[in-house]
Amino acid sequence: MLLKSFKSAIFAVVLSSASQGAYASEITVSAASSLSDAFKDIAASFQKKHPETKILFNHAASGVLLQQLAKGAPVDVVAFADLETMDSAQSQNLVNASDRKIFATNSLVVIAPKNSTAALSNLEDLANAPFKRIAIGNPDSVPAGRYAKIALQAVSIWEKIAPKMIQTQNVRQSLDYVARSEVDAGIVYATDAAVLKEKVRVALDLTGVKAVAIMYPIAVTATSRRAAESKAFMDFVVSEDGQVILNRFGFKKP
Amino acid sequence: MEPYWIALALSLKVAGLATLLNLVCAVAVAFALARAQFRGRSVIEALLMLPMVMPPTVLGYYLLVLLGRHSWIGSWLEQSFGINLIFTWQGAVVAAFVVAFPLVLKPARAAFEDVDPQFEQAARVLGLSQSAIFFRVTLPLAWRGVLAGLLLGFARALGEFGATLMIAGSIPGKTQTLSIAVYEAVQAGKDSEATVLVVITSVVCVSVLLIASFLTRKGHQR
Repeated sequence: MLLKSFKSAIFAVVLSSASQGAYASEITVSAASSLSDAFKDIAASFQKKHPETKILFNHAASGVLLQQLAKGAPVDVVAFADLETMDSAQSQNLVNASDRKIFATNSLVVIAPKNSTAALSNLEDLANAPFKRIAIGNPDSVPAGRYAKIALQAVSIWEKIAPKMIQTQNVRQSLDYVARSEVDAGIVYATDAAVLKEKVRVALDLTGVKAVAIMYPIAVTATSRRAAESKAFMDFVVSEDGQVILNRFGFKKP
Repeated sequence: MEPYWIALALSLKVAGLATLLNLVCAVAVAFALARAQFRGRSVIEALLMLPMVMPPTVLGYYLLVLLGRHSWIGSWLEQSFGINLIFTWQGAVVAAFVVAFPLVLKPARAAFEDVDPQFEQAARVLGLSQSAIFFRVTLPLAWRGVLAGLLLGFARALGEFGATLMIAGSIPGKTQTLSIAVYEAVQAGKDSEATVLVVITSVVCVSVLLIASFLTRKGHQR
């Protein structure tokens, strides 16, 4: 009796997984954490035009996505938050130079918990006493952390605030720690700050910092088995329709 | 080489202190559960075993919400003692303590239950105080089960990752334990660094196993 119900349970699982075949194809898109909200809408819009293609997302820090790809993850499209990561992917022959495009730009901001009063008139103020803990993405794998490091080095306070730094796994984790007031400040993208407007405030806009030019490249991977569908998705992101959605989330045109 | 040893020392410190806490808390609770009869005992027991079956991320979230700056406990700790557990190695100890708790509790409780109550009664007749009975009769008879639980708990605390990462973060030299350092190294594509860390971790784990078998063998001879 028990065995019988066990068998029928397995049968049900097999059946339900078979029914997923309603989509002619599935493509896996590895996208930087900062893109998670915008790409969700882009995928919904893309699928209206291409009902036969299902988009699966894999979000993490760009450096992490690169490592997954390098270790053989079956990914069709990659979208990173910096050119450096894409260059590294290209040098390892994981993507072809001809298949990559820049599709968005972003800016860096220093955020603080909404109810905090600590004033910040320039980046150097982060070294001051009111800022005991500062969340920054790990520069080794998180582009937002790398950009932050460049900006902080430019004003020579990187070393100084190192003891106060809480390194995070991706930019959204920095955002979350600020939103929970577990840190006094965090460095994230302007688009991230906009996601949790009710919990965090932009204390300082770093748009003017010359050293930091944030560009998002996208590419079909060299190992993709669904190159045509992947290319269609990439083209959609770059297209006017994709740009309108990205713009709604605060991303700018390249 | 330096950072590796710092991560190792931190891991040992965190796991050691978590085990020490469990030696007091889990063993005391195990004894209480083994001896006391009261309504709802099985419910309390099930609640205490939760950290073993719950995903570490769920546990990490509970700890973050419970001990965070905005929480009742977190703000009380900060205002009265100036203690902040989030992003500190003490927070990592709390996480390791909680995940290892059931692993110490279960074998210790079974060991206490196996102790024949007649020995305790005899000691009581001979006029020993309650605490003397525990330390001189019950604990010596149950020590193998208690030790097995503590070693298991230590090993689990040493390998703790998810909840620790969520409440203590990954601050090199401060809260970055061995298992978190391995994760960071792999994330960043530093494979050679990861290899060294993995080898160190493996050596430590094998050592714990060897010590465990050595201690229990010695107990057998007695």
